[in-house]
Amino acid sequence: MNLLTPFQYSFMNEALFVGAVVGAVCAVLSCYLVLKGWSLMGDAVSHAVLPGVVGAYLLGWPITVGAFASGLLCAVATGWIKSNTRIKEDTVMGIVFTGLFAFGLVLFTKVETEAHLNHILFGNILGIERGDMIETLVAAFVTLTLILFMRKDLLLFCFDSAHASAIGLNTNLLYYMLLALLAGTIVASLQAVGIILVVAMLVTPGCTARLLTDRFDRMLMVSVGSSVLASCLGVYVSFFINGSTGACIVLAQALLFALAFVFGPKHGLLAARKRLA
Amino acid sequence: MHDTAPPPSIDVDDVTVAYNNGHIALRDVSFKLDAGTICALVGINGSGKSTLFKSIMGFLRPAKGGVRIAGLTVEAARRRQLVAYVPQSEEVDWTFPVSVWDVAMMGRYGHMNFMRIPRAEDKRVAQECLERVGMSGFKERQIGELSGGQKKRVFLARALAQRGRIMLLDEPFTGVDVQTESAIIDLLRDLRDAGHIILVSTHNLGSVPEFCDQVVLVNRTVLAFGPTEQVFTEDNLASAFGGVLRQFQFEQSTIQDHDGRTVKLLTDDERPLVFGKDGHLEYTDRQGREQLVKKREKEARA
Repeated sequence: MNLLTPFQYSFMNEALFVGAVVGAVCAVLSCYLVLKGWSLMGDAVSHAVLPGVVGAYLLGWPITVGAFASGLLCAVATGWIKSNTRIKEDTVMGIVFTGLFAFGLVLFTKVETEAHLNHILFGNILGIERGDMIETLVAAFVTLTLILFMRKDLLLFCFDSAHASAIGLNTNLLYYMLLALLAGTIVASLQAVGIILVVAMLVTPGCTARLLTDRFDRMLMVSVGSSVLASCLGVYVSFFINGSTGACIVLAQALLFALAFVFGPKHGLLAARKRLA
Repeated sequence: MHDTAPPPSIDVDDVTVAYNNGHIALRDVSFKLDAGTICALVGINGSGKSTLFKSIMGFLRPAKGGVRIAGLTVEAARRRQLVAYVPQSEEVDWTFPVSVWDVAMMGRYGHMNFMRIPRAEDKRVAQECLERVGMSGFKERQIGELSGGQKKRVFLARALAQRGRIMLLDEPFTGVDVQTESAIIDLLRDLRDAGHIILVSTHNLGSVPEFCDQVVLVNRTVLAFGPTEQVFTEDNLASAFGGVLRQFQFEQSTIQDHDGRTVKLLTDDERPLVFGKDGHLEYTDRQGREQLVKKREKEARA
């Protein structure tokens, strides 16, 4: 077995391809989430997807549709409860998403499904089936295209929603748009890294890029680059160490973040030390 | 393009704003501003200044009453981008990865197509507005790398680039150096002379008489509204601020013999507000107010 062995298997090539696509979509969205301060929202929506996945299976719908619906339900319910109580948003979110996740788990154990719980929770990129792969690619394509068209409005919404509103943009629409894009991205990533680890895909690349640049366009590119690299590295390494692929991808991202944190040319730890000295 | 637009006006009519938890932030607020005025919105923290701003911007729906901008509903006014907003510095994420140029360009988004691709005209206006606030040499700077005064001027440029004829400024002088403060005041005066309406929320009492034509004093409702000379009185300010203000009384005058009257200085933190012995407003800049000074001398002699 040499270093090129992985590329002789079609499942490895497919996994590398899907990993790269999912990595790219997550990376683009992650820039917005990090800037908007919505990391916890990513965590919440991803967990809340579970009852939707099971529900869609029961009704014979595509898993994508169910996951999307229950992810959005979590965000909308959070907003509604927050505006009708004195409890703060992050706290409400903690209650709503854990509740939905637990409901999904109970539902899952009560229902006979072909899907493997481990695959939904931790992803199954090496064993991805053709149908699932197409669903993933469609979700990824739709999400990416929408972000591309809306990128400036979304950025303004993250930066200064009061101004966005003052110049006539519909900020409510942008809010739900960003939520829907988040849910869509999570749906696209389910097969690759699963519910538990998708939040890392949604947060880490944006953070890494934020440490390396002060311009949004460059931040997007750095984020996508680091995320695609991490996905490929993770898939590749998992072949040799026979580890969980999703976890390997996330580890690779954490590694890239650590490198940026320490060696970043302007905002890195060493650069800051040097400036002080 | 704006020649055909109706002249700007802000008409706040009997507005009451309540939050979901039942807390009433503003009650029965009414005032009206016409074209060509600088108006200060003065009150303590929590007096409803920002709530009033949000109602005028249409972010909050009043429980009672309504706001009309240039005769239009706030929603229609927003679609026409009539109201530009300069946020408080504390509200802005200064580490955000955008440059000075990006921020000025944001003022033009409403004039662009849905992809927000700038045309030559948008670039020209953004450039012109940055020049007007003296920031065109900093276009490529990330906004966090600016001084307090420069930061404020960038957001002013954005508001100018929007080409709205009504401008709301939230605490424009906080963290701003004296030079920038007077530059901003000059700019606001120019806009006023061009027929704009400028509404400034501030707790910087000392600067208000320097450049504001009108004052709205608020504390959960409008305590007083009208020309600065009439509204900015000791009694009104005392009722708006209660015991919040620091007060100094100079019983020994250093200039004239002591005649039993005192000069009073009121300040909450920044520029002090000075009341003369007759309770009149003292200006640091007496230019253009020679008439007033003479009149007071005459009064004093009488």
